[in-house]
Amino acid sequence: MSDANKEALEPITGIESPVYLDYNFTAGAATARYLSKVKEGKLVGQRCPSCRNVYIPPRGACAACGVATTEEVELSNKATVQSFTIVHIPIPGNPIKPPYVIANLIPDGANISFLHLLSECKNEDVRIGMRVEAQWKDPSEWTFAMENIKYYTPIDEPDVPAEEIGRLKDA
Amino acid sequence: MRDIAIVSFVQSDCVRDAGALNEVELIMPVIRKVLDNVGIQSAQDVDFTCSGSCDYLQGAAFAFVLGVDALGAVPPIKESHVEMDAAWALYEAVLKIRMGQADSALLYGFGKSSPGELPIVLSQQLDPYYLSPLWLDTVSSAALQARAMLDNGDITEADMAEVVARSRKNAKSNPHAQLKGDVSVDELLAEPTYLSPLRMHDCCPISDGASAMVIATVEKAKEWGKPYAVLKGIDHRIESHHFGARDLTKSVSTEIAAKAAGVANGPVEVAELYAPFSHQEIILKKALGLGDDTVINPSGGVLAGNQMMASGLSRVGEVANRIIKGEIKRGVAHATSGHALQQNLVAVLEGE
Repeated sequence: MSDANKEALEPITGIESPVYLDYNFTAGAATARYLSKVKEGKLVGQRCPSCRNVYIPPRGACAACGVATTEEVELSNKATVQSFTIVHIPIPGNPIKPPYVIANLIPDGANISFLHLLSECKNEDVRIGMRVEAQWKDPSEWTFAMENIKYYTPIDEPDVPAEEIGRLKDA
Repeated sequence: MRDIAIVSFVQSDCVRDAGALNEVELIMPVIRKVLDNVGIQSAQDVDFTCSGSCDYLQGAAFAFVLGVDALGAVPPIKESHVEMDAAWALYEAVLKIRMGQADSALLYGFGKSSPGELPIVLSQQLDPYYLSPLWLDTVSSAALQARAMLDNGDITEADMAEVVARSRKNAKSNPHAQLKGDVSVDELLAEPTYLSPLRMHDCCPISDGASAMVIATVEKAKEWGKPYAVLKGIDHRIESHHFGARDLTKSVSTEIAAKAAGVANGPVEVAELYAPFSHQEIILKKALGLGDDTVINPSGGVLAGNQMMASGLSRVGEVANRIIKGEIKRGVAHATSGHALQQNLVAVLEGE
């Protein structure tokens, strides 16, 4: 190749190759049952027949034992803060104004946490072991989503010691 | 080199749509059965676990991680994954055992193809610069291949229909098959073309499901006290993903893998071939050097049901189960990956 030709060739550093794939997502049989109960305003976990741990949201299996979970357990609206974070940075598309609290919450009777919002409290008062309760939206707004719970709010109960969080059996 | 025993194999029914079932719910029943066959409890009772799956199929990121929930992985197990058919998970486990790092392994593959448009999803297996942006789907690339064979005079459309008729007939004795029945070559040829020269029946169906296998050293299998098939050889080879750079009417990679695996070292009573399109069975039969005395795809093969990422492992399992049952002494299994038989794995199995 002559020098003149070399100069004429623009180096190609990238191409546009958009990918668009369409899927018909399904939640899974166990999760579908769970979401159906959420639409009725209930939190229903599943108990492992082997280790007796209760999972929420259930995925149909105990990840520790590798056995199917079929026994359904209705859980309390009360929960304990396992861990939390105070969000100061706005997230695009999220209507909630920072700073706000997101917490890993373990509902009474369950052994695993899920994420939800904590509100109607001073952010600096939030602590591990704090007792909270679900504030459900009006039933007319209930759908197949955890957003049926607006947020959790603190309740006047003694804190749970850190080592006991999530270890409540058959509450 | 340590001989490897295939001790147990289980597959689920091939269904067009597994409905709401998630990956754990698909996998768990076959894992349970495959372990029960050996008389062991969980993945804790083998030295190594390896799975094959592809998150593109169901469109869920890290679905293979969620699949581990089916195993009983607490306390932590030694576990690996291939973003391919589980036949390659078998290959990884074989290496692990041969190197002395494990004496036993649990393998499984699963695919939930129903949520997406499978042939289009598989277009993303192609190179990202020249072919993938064209959205060349797997049926189209197979049609190009069949056209090249017809133009060459390698096959006729009746040859292709014969493969389909035999698959449907054989599948009648396979409880897991999705498509089965008696249909004549003439009836098949009377069907309209779907993507010329392919008719719909020349293409494998889309199936959801899973399969699982337990392998071990021969010593370990004897300790378990279970019958087994011996894996005498296994090899896999890959060709270019540029269709222009290879002869689509042949499978050079299968030829090389067959030689390395030792296919010709004895009579082949049964061959289970992963041929998702009818004409590909003819390519593979030739590449493997199989004669007319070999029974090809007695299960019906993947034209009777194709669980992506599990079907390759299931080909090995089908042959193993026939040996374990004492029906045959020696057989060959083949798995493929990519478009138009791009990558191929060959395994030779024998009874003791």
